[in-house]
Amino acid sequence: MDQRQREQYLREYGIQKSKGKPFFPYAILKDGTMACITLAVIILLAVILGAEIGPKADPTTTSYDPRPEWYFFFLFELLRVIKPPAIVFIATIGIPTVCMVLLILLPFIDRNPERHPARRPVATFTGITVIALMTYLTVSGALAGPPGTISLKTPPQYQAGKLVAAESGCQGCHKIGENGNPGPGPNLTHIGARLPRNAIARTLVNPTAPMPSFSALKRQNPKKFNQLVDFLAQLK
Amino acid sequence: MTPPLPRALRPKPPRPGSKPGRNGASANGATGGGDPKALKKARKQAQREAMKQQALEVPIAMLGWLDERTGSTPFLRAFLFRKTPQGTNWYYTLGSATMFAFVNQAVTGVVLAMYYNPSTTQAYGSVRHIINDVFLGELVRGMHKWGSTVMVVLVFLHMGRTFFFGAYKYPRELNWIIGVVLLILTMAMSFTGYLLPFDQRAFWATVVGVNINASGPILGPYLADFLRGGAEFGTTTLSRFYAIHMLVIPGLIAALIGAHLYLVAKLGTSAPPWLKAEKARELAEEEI
Repeated sequence: MDQRQREQYLREYGIQKSKGKPFFPYAILKDGTMACITLAVIILLAVILGAEIGPKADPTTTSYDPRPEWYFFFLFELLRVIKPPAIVFIATIGIPTVCMVLLILLPFIDRNPERHPARRPVATFTGITVIALMTYLTVSGALAGPPGTISLKTPPQYQAGKLVAAESGCQGCHKIGENGNPGPGPNLTHIGARLPRNAIARTLVNPTAPMPSFSALKRQNPKKFNQLVDFLAQLK
Repeated sequence: MTPPLPRALRPKPPRPGSKPGRNGASANGATGGGDPKALKKARKQAQREAMKQQALEVPIAMLGWLDERTGSTPFLRAFLFRKTPQGTNWYYTLGSATMFAFVNQAVTGVVLAMYYNPSTTQAYGSVRHIINDVFLGELVRGMHKWGSTVMVVLVFLHMGRTFFFGAYKYPRELNWIIGVVLLILTMAMSFTGYLLPFDQRAFWATVVGVNINASGPILGPYLADFLRGGAEFGTTTLSRFYAIHMLVIPGLIAALIGAHLYLVAKLGTSAPPWLKAEKARELAEEEI
């Protein structure tokens, strides 16, 4: 906006303001009503859905479900879309940081003096696209199944390891046979063919981000850890 | 000596032609009739008026005392009686509703902090204690948990309103930037608060979250080490998250909400964009 447009805006805004009503009591009445509605919604949610708490955190047990609060699902989904470890940081840090910088700089990027959504089609279209994308990512993140069972056929000597894998929430990020989510982590159905046993153990202890390390399990329950590695190594 | 009253609070002079009696002058009106009942009634009314006046003196004197020492009356008057532009509608309540959700988080958070114990051995038990034993504890915890969801939703709705109404444009650019920082801080609040109940889900989600931070280039590993308070998850991590969650970020958010509101009061809320469009069309028709 140049000087003339700025002055014109201030002039028009002055007229609109002089025609308006005082904040007290008109606007504050609406604000107060809205505050009451907000409080009512919060209390209703608290009463109906409650605030349950899961089992106590235990770094050594392996039954967990590493899921964030629902409004972070879109970030979590981004990890599923961008998989190669070399560029994972683009999904984890890159895209969110770039989005936030763009958001902060928005008033300097969009210099169109128009304000009506219909008269700035690029901005409106971009806004709707971003909302649609975030909604899509959030919904697909919400629908991604929680880790559970592994229906793969396994020789009896690896049954114990299969149980550990099913409990460990691997399938939150990996696909094993028919079960699990296809990302952010690689498919584990044939992991034994791609990695030797030692490499699998090493990866479990010292994984690439954002996978949590299983070093606590190895230290405190080496038997369980070895069963898990055996199970993974025989997936060919 | 009493300080001079602000003009709004000074007693108004009687309007010409108005009935006497408002300012204790009803005595002469009652002398006309000899009816003792009417006289009694008039006297009673005069007495009531006088008491009302006396009762009004108290808040006026208190406000005057405050005003003399702070000079806040002109500021308050400018804030409360500033005009909102025509067309101000329900979409404009989203910002104040967000602030109200933050107040809800602050109040319920203080109550939770009275019972919560941020150590890896005690945290889970203290949350259980809040849910099971403390009077209304489950409700307060539920209001804090769901209040965060409501606050995030309101933040995004408020941002959407600002975006589609073009309200981030001149002269409100700075207020938009403050708003984006508030959005980031709100998300950081959610991230740090998620660990505190210290159940399985909270623990492992935060492990993954911190690992995500660690994957960032250059600064990432340092940020992750800072969040964890070392290379491993431990008691330091929990107390660190707790301090960030209840001291650092709320302070920042409160201060920035103050700045946000100051700018809103100073610049005024934007008018709905379609009003301007209509006006422009009217003008164009006139010109033709």
